[in-house]
Amino acid sequence: MSSKHTLDKETVLNIAKLARLELSPEDIEKYQQDLSGILTLAEQMNACDTNQIEVMTHPMDAQLRLREDKVTETDQHEKFQTIAPKTDKDLYLVPKVID
Amino acid sequence: MTINTLVNLHRQLKKKTISSIELTKESIKSAQNSSLNAFITVTDEQAFQTAEQHTGNNFTSTITGIPIAQKDLFCTEGVLTSCGSKILENFISPYNATVTEKLNIAGAISIGKTNLDEFAMGSSNESSFYGAVDNPWDTSRVPGGSSGGSAAAVAAGIVPFATGSDTGGSVRQPAAYCNLTGVKPTYGRCSRYGMIAYASSLDQAGTFTHTAEDAAIALNAISGFDEKDSTSLNVANEDFSAHLNDSVEGIKIGIPQEFFNADLNNEVAILIEDAIKEYEKLGAQIVPVSLANSHLALPAYYIIAPAEASSNLSRFDGVRYGFRATNFDDLHDMYTKTRSEGFGAEVQKRIMLGAYALSSGYYDAYYAKAQKLRRLITNDYLSAFEQCDVILGPTTPEPAFKKGSNADPVSMYLNDIYTVTANLSGLPAASIPAGFTKNGLPVGMQLTTPHLKEAKLLNIAHQFQLNTDWHTKTPEGYTILGATGGAA
Repeated sequence: MSSKHTLDKETVLNIAKLARLELSPEDIEKYQQDLSGILTLAEQMNACDTNQIEVMTHPMDAQLRLREDKVTETDQHEKFQTIAPKTDKDLYLVPKVID
Repeated sequence: MTINTLVNLHRQLKKKTISSIELTKESIKSAQNSSLNAFITVTDEQAFQTAEQHTGNNFTSTITGIPIAQKDLFCTEGVLTSCGSKILENFISPYNATVTEKLNIAGAISIGKTNLDEFAMGSSNESSFYGAVDNPWDTSRVPGGSSGGSAAAVAAGIVPFATGSDTGGSVRQPAAYCNLTGVKPTYGRCSRYGMIAYASSLDQAGTFTHTAEDAAIALNAISGFDEKDSTSLNVANEDFSAHLNDSVEGIKIGIPQEFFNADLNNEVAILIEDAIKEYEKLGAQIVPVSLANSHLALPAYYIIAPAEASSNLSRFDGVRYGFRATNFDDLHDMYTKTRSEGFGAEVQKRIMLGAYALSSGYYDAYYAKAQKLRRLITNDYLSAFEQCDVILGPTTPEPAFKKGSNADPVSMYLNDIYTVTANLSGLPAASIPAGFTKNGLPVGMQLTTPHLKEAKLLNIAHQFQLNTDWHTKTPEGYTILGATGGAA
């Protein structure tokens, strides 16, 4: 049978950190509730014994196709860099990482 | 007023009773004047340029020279491709999705990009950064989601065909809510290249049209093997229109008892029963089938989809494209602020859910477990198809609901109970009009066939539409494209 699944505040904050998200204090409780609700729904999965079942990663059990290792695309870095938030001389700029 | 189809518009263009330029003008005008909020961007300039190329008699496809619309998650070169999110509010795509490219080759005139739930995560179109979309049948109700803008645009007669994508029902559910024919092909039929990813093992492009006959034409245009998508199926192209006129006499229609349960609205149930009777009149044989594990599909889906989403959406970090927060302390803070300000609440919720399901110690209990259930659900379908050619049931448990009425995520997710199974198993499925409730709201019936049997699926849908007229009904107060310009 399924049981109720409750996430505590610390767990929610930890997941947010893993996902690189920052929750405003007033939203934490709402996320706690919503995520707990969805995980309670997910608990229904436990009603079914799947010990002898293999995972299915592709709907038709197809293998991912590999391609030959050769260059097919032309250099388009200028085109791609025009839509970047910040660039300089062919480089993508981010805040300083090493002092 | 009745519908205007690709087939009919093509006939009008060929007879020169109307021109592509006239159609394009009319379609753009009605998109711009529409208050449904179905479009995020109307690409009038590009559309007129394309229309200018289609003044002669050079029809490469039935779609050639006809205005269409694209869900705003198909990358379109030089055009904003927002995916309904603030994080892509300034993303002018530098390339075309394969589906976009194929529609260009077919000579379709894309008049714009339609509204959707943010990153296609939703069943109501209410999670879009660009606002909710009205259902043309009742503007206080949702058009469904996530492809709500595409469904509203076709239902309101702005375009006869719009693209969508279907991860858990995002084409079929809005098609049901808006009285349209919505098709989700076999996983891998249409290339996912340039289609912004939600859940990669479930996402598939699909079509909104009025008729199954038009759906075949649209699917012919957008499907096909593509080397750029490693999950694209390397199967021969086929003409999905070829078997439309086959008789359905003697075909076996499977009715899954699990889909006619307590969750199903009574009025919807009655209309689906009527549809079954209609097929019986046409000579089809009705067989009860069982999809015993289908009740596990929704929980499995709401683990698999968010898990894949949390991985896919990690690419949005404010470095290479899209929105970047303005105030931050360091690199880490820049990622975090960009994502927190750029993603809406539903997207953040699903990313967190996915991150939790994939995190150390929980992977087997959630993601692996869900992937095992996925096999059981698929096996149920495969054994059901040993007894029948097609499975018929309702598309959704209820007709379109009021905006703002499903605040709790789990009650919102229950809209997807009948549709997620086809995504988990990769099967082709369609929703077609099956009648109206007493309040005048459309109801959809879902047809599902074995893998790669889209031609059969559309044949079975077309035969129903030859004998019923639900699909020809349009909401009141909308001008249907091409209806005034030299009707056939």
